[in-house]
Amino acid sequence: MSETATETVLTILQNDFEEIIDAWISTQSDEGVQRTDLFSHKEGREQTSVLVRALIVGIEKGATGDRFDLSSDAWAELRSVLVDVTKERSSRGVSPSDMASFVLALKAPVFYRLKDKLAKYPTNLVEEIWFFSRVIDAFAVYCTEVFIAERDRIIEQQRDQMQELSTPVVELWDKVLTLPLIGTMDSARAQEVMENLLETILRRQAEVVIVDLTGVQTVDTQVAQHMLRMAAAVRLMGAQCIISGISPTIAQTMVQLGVDVGEVTTRSTIRSGLADALNRVGYEITRKKDR
Amino acid sequence: MSSASAIYFVEGVLLVAIQEDISDTDILDLQEALSERVMDEAARAVVMDISALEIVDTFVGRILAQLASMSKLLDAQTYVVGMRPAVAMTLVELGMDLPESKTALSLTHALRDLRGESRG
Repeated sequence: MSETATETVLTILQNDFEEIIDAWISTQSDEGVQRTDLFSHKEGREQTSVLVRALIVGIEKGATGDRFDLSSDAWAELRSVLVDVTKERSSRGVSPSDMASFVLALKAPVFYRLKDKLAKYPTNLVEEIWFFSRVIDAFAVYCTEVFIAERDRIIEQQRDQMQELSTPVVELWDKVLTLPLIGTMDSARAQEVMENLLETILRRQAEVVIVDLTGVQTVDTQVAQHMLRMAAAVRLMGAQCIISGISPTIAQTMVQLGVDVGEVTTRSTIRSGLADALNRVGYEITRKKDR
Repeated sequence: MSSASAIYFVEGVLLVAIQEDISDTDILDLQEALSERVMDEAARAVVMDISALEIVDTFVGRILAQLASMSKLLDAQTYVVGMRPAVAMTLVELGMDLPESKTALSLTHALRDLRGESRG
């Protein structure tokens, strides 16, 4: 007769280790969450057995009596295995619900064995099932959390990369910087671009900056104002600002919105902007005579 | 003369280095001292190095603008040099973009501009 709500579960997991893994895998394939398209049988089996092994360790250490807390030290190994398996699976395109079903599929094989072993002790049977069910549910929830956190991290990382990619400050020539803007500008991005640009002016001691809007489709009042503020801040730093590549649409918008472009230098193309910039720092573009 | 700022007169140009910890009183004193020096020395330009200033408020911004207007009345061109990015952004946000002053990256750039040397 078992003393705690975990003894039989533990015995089953230890003695029937291989059978449990086989049963778990076949339940997975019955439910269509085995994903042999993404994992080889060997990999799937490896992940499964690592999880069961960590589960045994967790139950031995952490399941005394009725208490169960997945965040306690006893379950550290299982948590880290779950994190690894979840990251591995999510990176290969397994969906969160498949991941949860994958974990929950362990219930059936263990429950059948519990039923066989504890058929004569219904109270214990219910207790052990109740306990094991709580543990597995907690794993499933934990997996989902890891999954979401991982996805958030990836989104954040991609956002940063896009931000960086879309606002490069390039040193085109000695003392000449260029900032080719692409896509949709919003106020937050405009602010970041401005900070980045001013820092680069200071670092490179740049004298002329070409802000190229060729790749910008539309602007709203706020962004137009930001552009002009950027030009004013560049001037305050002691450099000169040339805005190039304003499209007819943007020009119309700016005029209609009544944005005063003031004394900001504008050039139609980045080409004439560059020629002007080089001129201002003392260079001249000339064609070779023999061509 | 203000204790927090030194004024030097070189080649017809008044050079002022604003200190990091300049107080409101100091900057008022500076304004007064500077206007007299511009007159006395018949300076052709005033170059204010504000690279030590990490932050500005509306008060300092206004004084900087006033200094520029005042120098202009006294027939001297004002240069503001070495402004930090954060300061530039603040002044622009406050709508104080110092229209009366010329600006330069550093003292060297301002002096080069004053001597009328070609850039580059």
